[in-house]
Amino acid sequence: MALDATTATAGPAMAPARPGLTLQRFARRRSTIAFLMALPLITVIAGLVAWPAGYAIYLSTLNRRMTSFIGLGNFEILLDSETFLMVIWQSCFFAITAVVLKALLGFWLAHQLHHIPTKGQRIWRGLLLLPWVVPPALSTLGWWWMFDPSYSSLNWILNAIGAPSVPWLGEPWWARISVIIVNVWAGTPFFMIMYLAALKSVPDQLYEAAAIDGATGWQGLRYVTLPMMRNIISITVLFSLIVTFANYDIVRVLTNGGPRDLTHVFASYAFQVGVLAGNIPRGAAVSLFMFPLLAIVAFFVLRGVNQRSKEMA
Amino acid sequence: MSATAASPSAAVPGLGRRIGSLRKERRWALLTAYISLVVAAIVMLAPPFYMLITSLKTSAEISDLSGTPWIVRNPTLDNYWALISDPMFRGFFFNSVKITVCVVAITMVISVFAAFSLARMKFFGSGVLATGVFLTYLVPDTLLFIPLYQIVGNLGLLNSIWGLVLVYPTLTVPFCTWIMIGYFASIPKELDEAALIDGANWMQMLTRIFIPVALPGIIAATIFAFTVSWAAFVYPTAFITRPDEMPLTIGVVSQLIRGDTFAWGQLMAGALLAALPPVIVYAFLMDYYVAGLTAGATKG
Amino acid sequence: MAQVSIRKVVKEYEGGVQAVKGIDLEIADHEFVVLVGPSGCGKSTTLRMIAGLEEISGGEIAIGGGVVNDIPPRDRDIAMVFQNYALYPHMTVYDNMAFGLMLRKFDKAEIRRRVENAARILDIGMLLDRKPKALSGGQRQRVAMGRAIVRDPKVFLFDEPLSNLDAKLRVQMRTEIKKVHQTVKTTTIYVTHDQIEAMTLADRVVVMNHGVIEQVGPPTELYHRPATKFVAGFIGSPAMNFIPARLEHGSGALNIHLPDNIVLPVPEERRSRYASYAGKEVLFGIRPEHLTEIRPNDHRPNLAPLHLTPEVVEPMGMETLVHIWLQGTEISARIDPAIPAEPGRPLALAADMGQMHLIDPQTDRMI
Repeated sequence: MALDATTATAGPAMAPARPGLTLQRFARRRSTIAFLMALPLITVIAGLVAWPAGYAIYLSTLNRRMTSFIGLGNFEILLDSETFLMVIWQSCFFAITAVVLKALLGFWLAHQLHHIPTKGQRIWRGLLLLPWVVPPALSTLGWWWMFDPSYSSLNWILNAIGAPSVPWLGEPWWARISVIIVNVWAGTPFFMIMYLAALKSVPDQLYEAAAIDGATGWQGLRYVTLPMMRNIISITVLFSLIVTFANYDIVRVLTNGGPRDLTHVFASYAFQVGVLAGNIPRGAAVSLFMFPLLAIVAFFVLRGVNQRSKEMA
Repeated sequence: MSATAASPSAAVPGLGRRIGSLRKERRWALLTAYISLVVAAIVMLAPPFYMLITSLKTSAEISDLSGTPWIVRNPTLDNYWALISDPMFRGFFFNSVKITVCVVAITMVISVFAAFSLARMKFFGSGVLATGVFLTYLVPDTLLFIPLYQIVGNLGLLNSIWGLVLVYPTLTVPFCTWIMIGYFASIPKELDEAALIDGANWMQMLTRIFIPVALPGIIAATIFAFTVSWAAFVYPTAFITRPDEMPLTIGVVSQLIRGDTFAWGQLMAGALLAALPPVIVYAFLMDYYVAGLTAGATKG
Repeated sequence: MAQVSIRKVVKEYEGGVQAVKGIDLEIADHEFVVLVGPSGCGKSTTLRMIAGLEEISGGEIAIGGGVVNDIPPRDRDIAMVFQNYALYPHMTVYDNMAFGLMLRKFDKAEIRRRVENAARILDIGMLLDRKPKALSGGQRQRVAMGRAIVRDPKVFLFDEPLSNLDAKLRVQMRTEIKKVHQTVKTTTIYVTHDQIEAMTLADRVVVMNHGVIEQVGPPTELYHRPATKFVAGFIGSPAMNFIPARLEHGSGALNIHLPDNIVLPVPEERRSRYASYAGKEVLFGIRPEHLTEIRPNDHRPNLAPLHLTPEVVEPMGMETLVHIWLQGTEISARIDPAIPAEPGRPLALAADMGQMHLIDPQTDRMI
C-alpha cells in the first residue's frame, strides 16, 4: 500500500500531540479532578457538620466551666429534672400533633386543588403557598400580635360570633395549642405542594381503569392514589417530623418557653440553657437528646428514598 | 309486548338517573373543592393581611379597642417611613443582603461543582459522599448550634456577619447539591460524549453544557439558598447580640420590641419589609420555587 | 480522511464479561462500513472503542495509521452521530454545529463558512436559528449529521442513528445519509441492528454476533454466499428457511431428504462439493423468495417441484407469504398474489435448487 509510508509518519506524529496522556491516565486524572471539585463540599460536611457533631458529644461530657470531664453527668441531671422531662414530652406532643395535622390538611388541600380545572390551579397554589415563603420568625410575629392578650384580633372574631375570649399565650395548654396552630399554618403548604406533585404523577388511565373496574371515588383514593403516593407521603412526613421536632423560631417568638417554662421544646430549651444561661455543656446535651430520634427517622427516610429510586429504575 | 316495552323503559330512567347523579356528584365535588380552597386561602392569608393592616395604622388607632381591628380607618405610611429612615433598620437590611449574597455565591459554587463531580465523574468514595450529602441535609440547625457557637467563638467571629457567612452553608449546601445531582443526572449521557468528541474538557463541559442545560435547577437551587439564608433565625439569634451586626430576622424580632408599650405598627411594618424580598422572588419565580421544593423528594 | 485498522481488539468488562472477543477489521479510506448484528453482539462497543468513549482492553485501533488506543476522543479527529442525536438543547442549530469548531479555536469566518456549507448539503439552512426543541425528528437527525460534517473529521461514526425515527422517515434519511457520504466521501463506520439499513448503505457489511465477526463482505455477497448459519438467517427478510435434512446417494444423483418424504435433487454442479456429506444429517437452507409458485415458461434451471399445504396465508399486496409447518419446522414461501392460496389447500410450489444452501449442523458453517 502506497499510503503506508505517509500514514506511518502521520501515526507517530499524532500520538505525541499529547505526550503521555493515555486513556488510563485520562481516567485517573478525571477522578482526581472529580475529587477536587467535590473537595469544598467535603470540607463543609467535615468541618461544619461532622466535626461539630463530634465536638458536641465532647462538650456534653464536661462540667459547666468546661474544666473537667463528668461523663454522662449532664444527661443524668437533665433526666432528673422535671422541667426537662416536660420538654421531652412537650417536644414529642408538639411534633407529632403538628405533623399529623399538617399531613391531613395538606393532603385534603392537595386533593381539592387537583380536582379543580388546571387553569385555576396556579393561582390557588400561589396563594396557599404564601405562608411557606415568609420567613417563619417574621410571620410568627404577626401571629404573636394576633394572640396579644388585650388586642387579640382572633378574640375579636370569637367575641363577634358570641364565643368567649381565649387566653392564647397566657395559659399553658392554650399556649401549646397556639404554637401548634402557627406551625400547622406555616407547614401545611409544604405538604400540599409535595402531595400535589405526587398526585400529578399518577397517570389518569389508572383512575379510568379503576372506574371501569367499578371503583367509587373513595375506593379510587384508597386503592390507587394512596398506594401510588405511599412513598412520597412517608418521606414528607418523616422529613417534616425532623424539622418540626427541631423547630425553634415559633417557640422563641411566640412564648419563649413560657408561661413558666411549660412550652419549651428541645431547641428552645437548649438555647435557654446553653446560650442564655451560659451552661454550654448542658445545652449541648439537651440538643443531643434529639439525635436518636433523628437517626431513626433518617434511617426510614433513606430507606424510602432507596426504594423509590429502585422502583423508578 | 308490554313486558318488552317495560324493561327498556325501566332501564332508561335508571341510566338517566345515574348520569344525572354523576353530573351532580361532580358538581358537589367541585363545590367542596372551591369551598375548601376559599376557607384555606382566608386562613393562610389572614395573618399577613392583618400584619399589613396593623402596619398602616397609627399607634392611637391600634390602641383604640372600639370597632373591628381588621380594617384600617386612617391609613398611614408613617411606620414604614420611620423604619426606612432608621439607620439601624437599614443596617439590618444591608447585613442581610451582604450575608445572603455571599452565602448564595458560596453555596452555588460548592454545590454545582460537587454535584457535577458526583453525578458524572465518580471517584473513590463518591457514592458514600452522595449519601452523606443527603444525611447532612436531614441534620437540623438546632442540633449543632451549640458546638458551632463554641467554634465560631473560638474563631473570634461571634457578633460578626462573617461568622454567619461561615456557618450558613450548612443550611444550604446539602440540599442544593442534592437537587443539582438530580438535575445533572437527568441530562443524557450522550450529551457529555458528544461534547467530549467535540473537544470539550471537563471545565468546558460543565460551563458550556451542564450549567446551561440544567439552568432551571440552578435557578431553583439559587432561590432555595437565598430563601434559607434570608430567613435563617437560629444561628443569628445565637451568634449575634450587637445590633449593628444583626441581619433582618433577628433584628426585627429583638430590636423593634422595646419595653412594654410595643410599637406594633412599626413592628409589623418591619416584619413585612423584611419578608418582602423572598415574597418578591417567589411572585416572579414561583414555578422554579415549587420545582426546587419538590425536587428533593421527586428526584431522590 | 483515513483508513481504520482494528487489530485483535478485545473489550472485557469488570467481572470478566467479554463484549468483544478479539476482532480484526481493515476499513479503507472513503469506505462506508456497517456493523450489524443483534443487540449485545458488541457492535456498539466496537464503535465506542473507535470513538474513545470506551477503553480498549486488548489489541489496538489505528486511525489513519496512528494507533489511537491511548488518545482521548477529542484528539482522535472523529465525529459521531448518536441514536438520540445528543444535540445541545440550549444552543441553536448553528451553535450546535459550531461548538466543536469553536472549542478548537477556528476563526469565526471559517466556522461560518463550514456551517453554511454543511447546512447546504443537508438542506437545513432555514433552521440555523432554531433550538433543537423546535425541530422534527428528521431535522434533528440532519443537524446531528451537520455537526459531524462541519468538523471534516477523518472518520464518521454513526451509532444507530435512525432507530428513533418512524419507518417512513427512516427510509428517507437512509437515502440522505448515502447521499451525504457520496458528497463528502469521509470514511464512515455505521452501527445498526437493522439488516436492511446495513444492506442498503454499506460498501461492506460486518456481521457481528456474540462479540465476534461472523462475516465481512459486500451486501450481495452476504446475501448470496453467507459463511455461517447466523449470517444466512440474519441477512434477508423474511429470514431463510432452515430444514433438518439428510443427504443421500440415489440412482446416480445426490438427493436431499426432507421431512414428510420430500426429496429434492442437488444440482449437478454442486454434487462434488456436497459428496462427502452423503449419508449425514445436514440443515437445508432456502430463502422464501426461492420457494415460489410454479410459473409458466420459467427458465430457471434446477427448479424442483414440491407440494406443500400452507397453514397461514399473509397477503402483502405485491406478494403473498405462505407459512408451512413441516414436522415442527416452520418454513415460508413467497408466491404471486394472483395465485389463490388459502390455509389447508395444497399448493404446487417450486424450489430453486440453484440457490440452495447446506449447513453442517455441527459447526453451523456453510458446506
